[in-house]
Amino acid sequence: MSAIAHESYAADTRPAGSRQPTGFGMVLYRAKKSFGSPTPYLMMFGIGLWLFAYWLLCEALSLPRFEKIPGPITILTDWLSASPNQGTSIYTPDYYQHIYVSCRRILVAFLLATALGVPLGLLMGWSRKVKEYTFPLFETLRPIPIMAWVPLAILMFAGYETPVIFLATLASFFATTLNTMLGVQSIDESYFRAAGCLGSRKRDVFWHVVVPGAMPYIFTGLQISIGVAWFSLVAAEMVSGDYGLGYLILSSYVNSVTVPMVIGMLTLGFVGWFSSAIVRFIGDRLMQWHVKALAMQGR
Amino acid sequence: MRPQDFSSGAVATKGAISIRNVTKIYDPDGAQVMAVDNCSMDIAPGEVCMIVGPSGCGKTTLLNAIAGFHSITEGEIILDGVTLCSPKQPLAGQSADRIVVFQNGALFPWKTLAENVAYGPMVQRRWPKAECLERARTALKEAGLGAVVDKYPGEVSSGMARRAEIVRALINDPKVLLLDEPYRAMDALTKQIMHEALLEMYDRTKVTIYFITHDLEEAIFLGDKVYVMTTRPCRVKKVIDINLPRPRDYTTLTTEAFRLLVKEADEAVHEEALKAFKAGEREMA
Amino acid sequence: MSAVTIDQPQTPPSKTFRRRSKFERAISSLGFWRGLAGILVFLVLWEAAAYLKATLDFTIPFFGKLPAPTLVAAAAAEVVVQPGYWWSWVESFKRVLGGFIIAMILGIPFGLALAVNKYFRDVFFPPFEILRPIPPLAWVPASLIFWPTNEMSIIFVTFLGAFFTIVINVLGGARTIDVRYLRAAQSMGANQWHLFSRIILPGTLPSIFTGAAVGMGITWNVVLAAEMVSGGGSQAGGGLGFFIWSSYMGGSMEHIIVGMISIGIAGYLSSALIRWLGERTMPWQRAF
Repeated sequence: MSAIAHESYAADTRPAGSRQPTGFGMVLYRAKKSFGSPTPYLMMFGIGLWLFAYWLLCEALSLPRFEKIPGPITILTDWLSASPNQGTSIYTPDYYQHIYVSCRRILVAFLLATALGVPLGLLMGWSRKVKEYTFPLFETLRPIPIMAWVPLAILMFAGYETPVIFLATLASFFATTLNTMLGVQSIDESYFRAAGCLGSRKRDVFWHVVVPGAMPYIFTGLQISIGVAWFSLVAAEMVSGDYGLGYLILSSYVNSVTVPMVIGMLTLGFVGWFSSAIVRFIGDRLMQWHVKALAMQGR
Repeated sequence: MRPQDFSSGAVATKGAISIRNVTKIYDPDGAQVMAVDNCSMDIAPGEVCMIVGPSGCGKTTLLNAIAGFHSITEGEIILDGVTLCSPKQPLAGQSADRIVVFQNGALFPWKTLAENVAYGPMVQRRWPKAECLERARTALKEAGLGAVVDKYPGEVSSGMARRAEIVRALINDPKVLLLDEPYRAMDALTKQIMHEALLEMYDRTKVTIYFITHDLEEAIFLGDKVYVMTTRPCRVKKVIDINLPRPRDYTTLTTEAFRLLVKEADEAVHEEALKAFKAGEREMA
Repeated sequence: MSAVTIDQPQTPPSKTFRRRSKFERAISSLGFWRGLAGILVFLVLWEAAAYLKATLDFTIPFFGKLPAPTLVAAAAAEVVVQPGYWWSWVESFKRVLGGFIIAMILGIPFGLALAVNKYFRDVFFPPFEILRPIPPLAWVPASLIFWPTNEMSIIFVTFLGAFFTIVINVLGGARTIDVRYLRAAQSMGANQWHLFSRIILPGTLPSIFTGAAVGMGITWNVVLAAEMVSGGGSQAGGGLGFFIWSSYMGGSMEHIIVGMISIGIAGYLSSALIRWLGERTMPWQRAF
């Protein structure tokens, strides 16, 4: 009896217990600690160095070939100018229209692929029969690069919107399904057994073991999936589109205006990064258990 | 099966297991491997039955047969007069009257300790959900885990997690608790604390315990009866009755009676361990 | 699974492995037939969909426009005897391998340098991370402007596609190497070069191959896109992407699908090649 009391006491004094500084305090502490190290300065130096090299090559020296690429100052002045030389800046409504159209397409495609891919992946991972019947077909179609679908999609679907969404959905569907399936298969057998001997019905096993157990893999899959969705969106918009960032990039190229092209690329990078950050944030909110376990392992 | 509050009960009335001539042959592609050979045991209600044998001797196969994870080839297993499995129905159904505590722990990492403990009663619809959680908290507090009820298993020590897993099993008021080397990966000091916690929980519930281990001292310290098993195929080599008085605590470990029992069993265990080691060498070569 | 488990579960290892592999083979043969059934059902449904128009005068929306698999097979039989078709394989493979090999040559040392030296990482990782989210295809127009020939721009974009993936994988792999291996080697008197060549490099190999496999998939996509976007004119030297594109221009769905299947096979062959190389280079991984 005394021994039990001892260990409970030990539990209360663990450093990772409830007495850890929370939220804002932790952020402040980390920021203070990190500014004491050379890392943030080196990072700024790295970015500065890169921008300087870029500027030197393209603007200051205007070396052959590099001169064709707009330098950082040209881009920035045009991007921030109310009357841009080459037609695209933060003051032109067209710019936002492109961003909006691309984001809308990504959202539709991503939600569609998730709604189809996660349930299918769960079934494929959970039931051996479903997997045996469907997986070979899945694996036959998967190696076909998404780009190869582009002409077929344009011929099959009318208009600009549907082929683009179809391609983005297809790409993220494969990633989501595959990762969800792997996620279910990664669940340790003993959790199924434990659930079984605690008196679960099949439904309980599904909702309390299969779904939460596959969650970390599902969210890894969703992060990959939103990446490939952007990838194929750009491809599709370049080949067939009326609006969207991919279209902006290609049409600027066709019209020989290079600044909007680079603006399009940078915007695409930022929006893509932001969307995957949102997915990661949602995943971390839904899987507190996973985040905390990783934190305990010091990762 | 009317659930009782396990903190009050102390008289064993249920959980008699009878294992009669059980044989298990794994038969993949005709390469027959005998894991269990004609094994018989009779376990009284409320008995702590310790199964000792070298690693990989097939003792887990027996546990899996009782729990309903594996089928058996011959013989039968009877729990309180009800046949669980026999050649006619080789795989026992899984049910909350036999609950396993796993070697590596199987608390759901995505549920807090309280949710984990409440899981069994919740899926069995014993009580409303809120009451399940309330009882789970109470049970955890009684087991000395009051400070960590709302933590996830990944946040607590392995000793606490294992204790919570036993609480999760006992809240269902099972007939038998099946433990599959639950303390295997723990250091000796933690192990001792875990033993005392288990004994304390046993004294409160008097549930039948079927405990697999390869640690002889653990077996003698905890058990009423120790079955020493042969190496593969698994047979009963020796049965030792442990008459040490209960309740036991760590001072028991230094008594003369305990030492004598260890001595009595040690020879048999050592012989089998040696055989298993040699067999392992042969297989590797 | 808790990380503390050292022992094998229940049964002696060697016996278990031998038995399980046979067991799995038996199961997989049943699974094989089921998989075949799945694919056949898919083909039959596709065939039926294509004939609905002719028999019932009803077209399934979107998918009904596809030509029947038998027609595709007939088109394929026609195409495979033409040498031009095989030349497009060669062209595409040249581009894929060119970009891919350059990405490996530059990406592996860069990733290792990022992993080994903290200062190097602090300086060079942020610009890398800024550029990484830009999809490789978005670089196509810029590289068409920058590089003097179409061929060079295609290879450049291909290189970019694989480069980011490989660097990230190498960096991740090298940083997860167990410190105990490094300490063990140090305690046995290894110098810096040995630590690198005997531990960090082989320890990173699995991630290199993972990165290569993923990168290969991206590479194929990029090559196709570049072949299509760059106008796919015959001056770009054909390639499978151009094969599809010209079929699209000619309005022949059968040939588009033949092209898609060819690319699927080509992509599969290249990742099989990487897997094979991986198994040859890392015999210790085969145990898993």
